[in-house]
Amino acid sequence: MSALLEVSGVTKSFDGFKAIDNLSLSVNEPELRAIIGPNGAGKTTFMDLVTGKTRPDSGTIRYGELSRDLTAMSEAQIARAGIGRKFQKPTVFEDQTVLENLTMALAAPRNPLNVLLRRPDRSARAAAVAEEVGLEKDLNKRAGILSHGQKQWLEIGMLLAQEPRLLLVDEPAAGMTTAERERTTAMLVEAAKTRAVVVIEHDMEFVRRLKCRVTVLHEGRSLAEGSLDHVCADPRVIDVYLGRPEEADA
Amino acid sequence: MSVESLDIAPRARRPLAARTDVIAMMLGLATLTVCVTLLAQMGLVSVSFVKLLGKTLCLCLAALALDLVWGFTGILSLGHFAFFGIGGYAIGMWLMWDRTEAIVAASLAQSTLPPTPFEIREAIGTQIFGVVGTSEIPWLWAYAGSLPLQLAFAVLVPGLIAGIFGWLAFRSRVAGVYLSILTQAGTLALSLWLFQNDSGLRGNNGLSGLQNIPGLTDVPQSVISIWFLWASAIALALSYLGASWTVSGRFGSVLRGIRDNEARVRFLGYEVEHYKLAVFTGTAMLCGLAGALYYPQAGIVNPAEIAPIASIYLVVWVAIGGRGRLYGAVIGAAVVSLASSWFTGGGAPDIELGFYTIKWTDWWLVLLGLSFVLVTLYAPKGLGGLVDIYTHKRARRREDLGPDQGSLRGEEEQP
Amino acid sequence: MRRLSLALTFLLSLLCGPGFAQSGPVQTALQAHAEQIADPSRRTIQPVLDDLAASGAAGMPRFLEAWADKRALRRDSDGLFFLGERDGDSYPLLSVEDGSAVGTALRDDITELKPNAGVRRLIATALVQFQLNDPDPDRRLAALDALTRNPTPDLLAPLRASIENEENRTIRARKEALDRLITIRFGTDPARRIEAIEWMAARISLEARAALNNVLTTDTIVGPAPDGANVARVLTPGEDIPEADALALLAEAGLEVATVSRAARDAALVDAIDGGRIAGRPIATLDTEAARWDAYDALAEAGTVPPRPAETAIAELLAATPILAVYDEPDPAVTAAAETALAEIEARVARAEAADLALDALSLASIYFLAAIGLAITFGVMGVINMAHGEFIMIGAYTGYVVQSIVPDYTLSLVVALPLAFVVAGAAGVALERLVIRHLAHRPLETLLATFGISIMLQQIFKNIFGTQAVPLTSPDWLAGAWVLNDVVGISYIRIAIFVLAAIFLAVLVYILRRTRLGLEVRAVTQNPGMAASLGVDPDKVGMATFALGSGIAGVAGVAIGLFAQVTSEMGSAYIVQSFMTVVVGGVGSVFGTLAGAGMIGGLQKGIEWLNPSNTLAAQTYMILFIILFIQVRPRGIVPQKGRFAA
Repeated sequence: MSALLEVSGVTKSFDGFKAIDNLSLSVNEPELRAIIGPNGAGKTTFMDLVTGKTRPDSGTIRYGELSRDLTAMSEAQIARAGIGRKFQKPTVFEDQTVLENLTMALAAPRNPLNVLLRRPDRSARAAAVAEEVGLEKDLNKRAGILSHGQKQWLEIGMLLAQEPRLLLVDEPAAGMTTAERERTTAMLVEAAKTRAVVVIEHDMEFVRRLKCRVTVLHEGRSLAEGSLDHVCADPRVIDVYLGRPEEADA
Repeated sequence: MSVESLDIAPRARRPLAARTDVIAMMLGLATLTVCVTLLAQMGLVSVSFVKLLGKTLCLCLAALALDLVWGFTGILSLGHFAFFGIGGYAIGMWLMWDRTEAIVAASLAQSTLPPTPFEIREAIGTQIFGVVGTSEIPWLWAYAGSLPLQLAFAVLVPGLIAGIFGWLAFRSRVAGVYLSILTQAGTLALSLWLFQNDSGLRGNNGLSGLQNIPGLTDVPQSVISIWFLWASAIALALSYLGASWTVSGRFGSVLRGIRDNEARVRFLGYEVEHYKLAVFTGTAMLCGLAGALYYPQAGIVNPAEIAPIASIYLVVWVAIGGRGRLYGAVIGAAVVSLASSWFTGGGAPDIELGFYTIKWTDWWLVLLGLSFVLVTLYAPKGLGGLVDIYTHKRARRREDLGPDQGSLRGEEEQP
Repeated sequence: MRRLSLALTFLLSLLCGPGFAQSGPVQTALQAHAEQIADPSRRTIQPVLDDLAASGAAGMPRFLEAWADKRALRRDSDGLFFLGERDGDSYPLLSVEDGSAVGTALRDDITELKPNAGVRRLIATALVQFQLNDPDPDRRLAALDALTRNPTPDLLAPLRASIENEENRTIRARKEALDRLITIRFGTDPARRIEAIEWMAARISLEARAALNNVLTTDTIVGPAPDGANVARVLTPGEDIPEADALALLAEAGLEVATVSRAARDAALVDAIDGGRIAGRPIATLDTEAARWDAYDALAEAGTVPPRPAETAIAELLAATPILAVYDEPDPAVTAAAETALAEIEARVARAEAADLALDALSLASIYFLAAIGLAITFGVMGVINMAHGEFIMIGAYTGYVVQSIVPDYTLSLVVALPLAFVVAGAAGVALERLVIRHLAHRPLETLLATFGISIMLQQIFKNIFGTQAVPLTSPDWLAGAWVLNDVVGISYIRIAIFVLAAIFLAVLVYILRRTRLGLEVRAVTQNPGMAASLGVDPDKVGMATFALGSGIAGVAGVAIGLFAQVTSEMGSAYIVQSFMTVVVGGVGSVFGTLAGAGMIGGLQKGIEWLNPSNTLAAQTYMILFIILFIQVRPRGIVPQKGRFAA
């Protein structure tokens, strides 16, 4: 197991507010990792930094065998390098069919000329991915009419279709029914067998089900790391989650 | 394009030849040209009417281009008509040069000595640029004598300008209303520049006499107008096919993805800027082609044609026709521009209200503006929406018809 | 009527009494030289004039003026002088002492004094002397004005003489300046002239520059300079003087290169046609310039036409014959002093011009600020572009016009129009917000489109109502002039007023935004609309209020713009792109950003116009291109919006 993603000493502030403060973190391949933390801990900013949406003020983010510096790459380059991101709100192209959504995501050349001129039939591959996420019957439905859970799965399907090495998943279980949660858990655990999956979540129950290593973020810093039981026993984590006495009335 | 693995072929993956709108468009264009040709042969329609139809087809072509860039990719360009004008200028330069050359050569041939190239150039310079007080031939006209080069310029110059502008704008992630206004400002800059006498393009006189095609002086306008009608119809048909093909498949998916959620497309690994640039540039070239076909039929091109308002009318046509569907753009451009000719040409009868007479030459723009506002407010699908009613398509939930967010507020609400 | 006036004159003459009118100091002085005055000659009149001037009589200038004007009379019966003009068959007589009526005389009894032109000139000179010392400062100034317009060396002495006794400091300064101007131009003493020139170096006025340029006029001569010529410089053909002009000068001096023009060549060739051939060449082969010259050369060799000069002949002639600019003024010391002084003045003028340009830019920036601030507010708060914003400016201007056609007093109508334009345009803005923009919430591009539609409609409706011709919006007289600092720097009062108006609006807006509840809510909605709504700020209400405010300011801006620009239904579209540029360059959602943007765009536009003054169209083109590039560097404007979401 070698480190696929190596975040070291990264700081990012917005108008003086430090969203990420000297954060260091590494993720191996394959690995399932959960990042938890209260609101404002910097979870989403962390994802923005890794996927290139925002640039760090200082620090490096290295990725893969070649230790490429992600901070110098565009969002699209990072995505093509094998990092997939799932948003908190299901973000699929509602005006297009499930098949079209998945076809767009399939690993294939992405430069405009190639996309315009070379048009092999990839529907079989897309159908296979759809089956993985249980949408094989809805291939020709518009994504906009899917249920909330189905949209989440479609998005996970799109992620899988990208064949990424590192998957960043933001609160996958939000707004799902229990049955849907279980299915989602299974999908993530399955995916993590061959690749690195980072799940950002603040639902402890869901994290417990993932049975994986956990990193606790607080005020942009890594507070604790280890198994869920281990970090839950950490007094600093308890402080953060339950609040210190003097902060209790605030 | 095999679809055997699927039970139902989705709209976008159906072969072009099987798509209703493509078939209807081809048949419609064929019927129009054949009928008009026959009627013209019988002398039942005037030359100016044939020209009006030919010009309308060119406007439809420009609208088609705008629909690709706005309706499908979500870039509201307020400058595509400028590319149309540039195409007109490029072809107009050849038309004017070649015709002047023929006239000058004929008159110089009267003299005892055979004319020298120098004399001919000098005479052309005086003929063309005398109106702006010079006989110097500007560098812009270096290749004006070559039809192939000027034809190439009609397409390549808009492409180059759009390419540079788009590269600058897209790489700095200018989008939404910002981009729209920038395109408008660029258009304004271009038209102001053309208005100058020392722009080398005859200032506000523009280029004129373009309806006279060099080498075809013996062919009557009634025949030339039919040729141009056919050329315009063929160009529109081919472009429609090309556009339909472009917006089908994964390329079309990516374009519509960029329109609906640019950031998400980026995270899928597509270089959004490259796609935008490709579409922006490609449609600019298409507009250049349309302009090159339009202005020989119109006969004159001047800077007023390029003024920002012209591009806004182009947007109005596409909006009224229904953006995001290719036939919508074509229908919108045809209906609105023909209606505009009818109303402003005095074809529409005045309405007597007793205390006030509504003269349509005065009130047409008010009506157009009002319909535009109403379409934007209540019928964002435009005339194309009528097709949905006809095909009993179930009304979808509110469709995404473009990036609702400008870049200003967009970022915060997109994930 | 005639009778009545005759009767009156008679009455008056009775009242005053003829004896009184005939024994004043003027009459006395005149009678001393009565014959010379009655029949003056240019050669002899000067001592008489000097004497008359020396008399110091108060009525003397009036007499001299009338005399020069041929309105002076002499009564044959008693030789007395009067003023007056013929009225039918009689002359109403006016006293030479005070111009009062002293009776009438019959035509036969009167001789009109008609001095010739030479004498009149001398009288005028003498008169100036009086006028320069006139107790009324206005008359002294009038004399100075006349003298400035038409300076003559004769007047130098009286002018100098009058400086001594001048008490009014302004007039004294003018007299001194005029003294030097005339000295420079007509003076005979080089030292005095140089002194005057050096004194001029500290001035900036057009007159000073004209006087110095007058000293520095040159004549262009060909060939070596004659002895004692004050050579200004050698002119290099092609640089200082176009080659064609240089050749023309040489030709005038008889130094001509016998060039053969293309027309002459062709004529010679046509003359030499011999059986379809020219100089042995078939005519058809002469279809290039080179072939024709070749044929001509062949003819020249045969001796039938004059040969062409060598290609280097012209260059050699130009090199051999210097072309000189020679000062008309022979004294090199004077011209050198004038050159130095002029350079100094020009440097000062350049600085003044820069200041003037800055003032121009400032006033342009004020206009852009007024035009754009409304747009900036609505764009910042609601995130929508109101393309009909320019039409609100137009509505304001037309409101001013309508008010002016009802209220004739320009000042009063302006006082009424400004608030009314705010109300009318504000109401239009609220209507637009409620009827259109609210229904397109969070869809900025569609808002842009819909407001386009509104803009097209409004323009056409106003065109239908008010016609296509521009209507006048006249500023009151007190705004008509300009505040002139010197001959270079000046700014019209309208522009100052617009600057003040912009400053007032800036102050009011900053106050509203920083100190009021509405401002707090506006800022909250600008920075985070979602959060603001959840804190109980009603975004609809805030939107409407900002729209009313923004549109109202546009209306006021319309009145201001209408005062100096044309009021037409299309005037708004001239400002909308500019206004948007101002907002974008400045940074959205910030009053100071808009101020910075307006300052930058105004300054830039004036700057480009200054670099390329002949072409304001090109200036706008370059400015727009610059802005497109500027947005590359600072996509969020000069004063960017802050916060995580603005990144």
